[in-house]
Amino acid sequence: MADPMTALNLRINGEERRVLSPTHHTLLEVLREECSLTGTKHGCELGECGVCTVLVDGQPVLSCLVLAAEVEECAIETVEGMQRGNELHPLQSTFADLGAAQCGYCTPGILLTAQALIADNPQPSDGEIREALSGNLCRCTGYHKIIEAVRWAAALERGEADAKPPSEALYGSPLPRISPPSAQEEDPRQEKG
Amino acid sequence: MAEPRRSVAPGSPAERPLNWIGKPFRRVDGRAKVTGQAQFADDLTFPRMVYMRLVRSTVPHALIRAIDLSAAEKMPGVLAFLTGEDLPTPFGILPVSQDEHALCQDKVRFVGDPVVAVAALSEEQAYEAALAVRIDYEPLKTISGVDEALANPEPRIHDYGDYGNVHKAVSMRFGDTDAGFKAADLILEDLSYFEGNTHLAMEQHSAVALTEDDDRVTLYSSTQTPHYVHRALSKVLALPPSRVRVIACTNGGGFGGKSDPFHHEIAVAKMALKLGRPVKITLTREEVFYCHRGRHPVLMQLRTGFKRDGSMTAQHLKTALDGGAYGSYGVASTYYTGALQTVTYQLPTYHFEGVRAFTNKPPCGPKRGHGTPQPRFALETHLDKAAHRLGIDPATLRLNNLAEADSVTANWLRIGTMGLKECIEAVVEGSGWRQRYAKLPHGRGLGLACGSYLCGAGLPIYWNHMPQSGVQLKLDRSGGVAVFCGESEIGQGSDSVLAAVVAEVLGIDLADIRLCVADTDLTPVDLGSYSSRVTLMVGNAARQAAERARELIAGSVAERLEVPAEQLVFANGRVFSRADPETGLSFAEAVICTEAVHGTLGTTGSYTPPRSPGRYRGSGVGPSPAYSYSAAVIETEVDPATGLYEVRHVWIAHDIGRALNPVLTLGQVEGSVYMGLGEALMEEQVFRRLPERRSNALVHKMPSMLEYKSPTFHDMPPVTTYLIEDPDPQGPFGAKEVGQGPLLPIMPALANSIFDAVGVRIDQIPIQPQMIVKALQAKSSGKPARFGPTSFPEVDFGEELVVPTPAEGGDGRAISDFKHKLRAGMRGASGTMTTREEALKGKKDAPLTTV
Repeated sequence: MADPMTALNLRINGEERRVLSPTHHTLLEVLREECSLTGTKHGCELGECGVCTVLVDGQPVLSCLVLAAEVEECAIETVEGMQRGNELHPLQSTFADLGAAQCGYCTPGILLTAQALIADNPQPSDGEIREALSGNLCRCTGYHKIIEAVRWAAALERGEADAKPPSEALYGSPLPRISPPSAQEEDPRQEKG
Repeated sequence: MAEPRRSVAPGSPAERPLNWIGKPFRRVDGRAKVTGQAQFADDLTFPRMVYMRLVRSTVPHALIRAIDLSAAEKMPGVLAFLTGEDLPTPFGILPVSQDEHALCQDKVRFVGDPVVAVAALSEEQAYEAALAVRIDYEPLKTISGVDEALANPEPRIHDYGDYGNVHKAVSMRFGDTDAGFKAADLILEDLSYFEGNTHLAMEQHSAVALTEDDDRVTLYSSTQTPHYVHRALSKVLALPPSRVRVIACTNGGGFGGKSDPFHHEIAVAKMALKLGRPVKITLTREEVFYCHRGRHPVLMQLRTGFKRDGSMTAQHLKTALDGGAYGSYGVASTYYTGALQTVTYQLPTYHFEGVRAFTNKPPCGPKRGHGTPQPRFALETHLDKAAHRLGIDPATLRLNNLAEADSVTANWLRIGTMGLKECIEAVVEGSGWRQRYAKLPHGRGLGLACGSYLCGAGLPIYWNHMPQSGVQLKLDRSGGVAVFCGESEIGQGSDSVLAAVVAEVLGIDLADIRLCVADTDLTPVDLGSYSSRVTLMVGNAARQAAERARELIAGSVAERLEVPAEQLVFANGRVFSRADPETGLSFAEAVICTEAVHGTLGTTGSYTPPRSPGRYRGSGVGPSPAYSYSAAVIETEVDPATGLYEVRHVWIAHDIGRALNPVLTLGQVEGSVYMGLGEALMEEQVFRRLPERRSNALVHKMPSMLEYKSPTFHDMPPVTTYLIEDPDPQGPFGAKEVGQGPLLPIMPALANSIFDAVGVRIDQIPIQPQMIVKALQAKSSGKPARFGPTSFPEVDFGEELVVPTPAEGGDGRAISDFKHKLRAGMRGASGTMTTREEALKGKKDAPLTTV
């Protein structure tokens, strides 16, 4: 009772690949298992976490919910295709520098989603970055370093070569001046409604 | 910034400004993680690799009558099965609770308990075959929570434990709390409840086992604790440890969820030995929810005596933990719900009683903060109420009663540096607390809370005389330095700490360091990534190894250059004379010159924490070489009509000692704030009973990432982070922990901010909008303006251990030691912890292993 197999012509990171895979296999499975492109991760295989995001014709797609056979004619981009030669993509470099990748497991999906965002919108606001990435869960960073890294990378992509993250993102906020102890030591609370 | 109080050995090379420490350098695994090259366990494949699945129990408590493999055996691609008979030896993370089996023996204890392992040529075939396995169960009564466990001593879920379905009961009294309560002007008593929640690491657990040509078994796994997995594998597989190799792959998040040895790790190794070929298992997300080991649900009763000025005279804390079906870290978790209550504020007398019950649910264990966030929530909300009752500003009350640096607490914990004052001052100033607290319009409020955490557990999980962390360096004529250490990178940046400490001491570039970590065959033992121990312990071991290498090199270079060793500077990849920087060698030339004198070069470093002054039974939980401190202010906006609320801003200050790398430190603080908010706002690992006709099973209410709500990009408020740096003499370059501490103040700060906003107390986590509405309704109908638990069950906490405090002239020992009763069998010794000294007494100097 062998699974029916399908021969597919896939275009992954600009390279033509001919793969033979069980017909029901998802793009995620084909990328990881048939193509050994294990940079694409999985966190639920139910379309809930965003970890497996890849780009299909430039749009973020959950590769666990798409059959490989559905995307035969499309341009598929994975994290392995982001580098330019041996040089990191600005997003990769700012994520690495800011610790926007901690465990790194959600990182490929977030990088690709962010790449699609800044291709479409070179100067995204924080709100637009949040909106674009809201389908990607990250358990490590608390998201702030990711937003900072996307903002920085977008500036680099716009050609602002000397763009830098704010000092607070690297060193924390400067300590506030401590005012002398207040005369008022009593609880100033008024009973509220 | 003061240098840590640390002596420089005579003849040591000259001090110089720091090159790496304190700088926001790119983490050493940064490039691998943004290119997809980092290899997680599930990314590995080997020739001839096959796949394994576990058949898990569908009933919560039952005897296994029969296992029928006949249908499954006929499924395509099936290669082999394992059942409990193949793996009869028990294991468990703690020596005192070796209560798990890789595959259940004769009984299942929760939905998800593994019973059968099946291997097949493909993952799908293994899955199909697993579905065809038939297991016949004889159902037993199920226990769903602490109340039911106390009410039903029979049937016992385990045949060990303190009594009935109570795994562990603890009662410890430090000092004369009765006199303390008598001397109080105000006695407050509060009940609170902290719901269980889970780690939800993005990576599902995965392991690959293979037999090598030399008759050994190797396990690659997503584990935070390769050393403990190594011990468990060796024990259960009955192989000498030297024939078992465990390699921890980089973890896709841990948070405590990958720090037990797991069934699947042992079963997959056994399967590889049976088949003689590589076998992989990757858990589904649903299985990860059932593996759990997360935050214990804890019910707490906290009673404190206060003087009018807000100082405390006595405290009595009771905790009841719902442990789930197995021991896991639970005995330690139970002690941890009491241990760290004393390290933030002066508390002269303290009474702690804790109980952990077995229930037919997935086992609870350590999650970020391990056992301390629950009582911290109770304490910090309690202090807020006390401040309100006493008419003292909550920040002032805390500032006036801080525990002292370099002191010993009532329960014999030695505090070193203590930056909580600076933390509170920073968040108070930053948030405009003095101008805004209790003065914002109705519906908007500020809440303050603090916390403290260990920089590594003072004692290892199994008693032994050996270091808790080891590092080896290999240097050669290339000028490159290879660093070997058993630590495992779970995303927190431990690799970067290890590399930066070595690079700093030797004055070389990070790029000239090659790490080899978390491989039990190749790397010296480090106990693992838990208890926030890595920065301090691995950092100290690395520093020692690197300083030894530096001294060796300095000696040889001094002779060659005719410059005194103490005049040599190691910096920028060179070794040179301080007086005449032109006189010097490149680092590679310096190593060549040293290799020529000494032969092949290698050094080692070790770290063992200092002894704790506590000498009573249970004093092993709580001591640490240093404690980190944090304070947070949260601003929240609440809609009183619906109870819906939004966190507007978080100000957090963390006493880090010294930030080895500030950008990575900030990442840990922000990640802790995020995870704390998840727990405070929404996360809960809860179970429901299926109807009688459907087995009455206790099943996870929502074992999926969609339904187990966790904060998204939209849910994360702005965070202002202050790093408080006061180098601690115990830490490498003065560093303390940051991975867990900053989570602790978040949950109580939120609850306190809701009180400031709308004047009601939510004594329960997570805080759901309907709780606020109910509390407001209670308030308007003249009932107590709160939502939360209303009673604490009657519990037998066992015999009380009485320990005089340092102020009472105690010596750290208990005066009511009932060890003799243990010998007489009046109380089972299982599920108890003994002090190191007690354990050593019986065994002299033999290596103390408990397997």
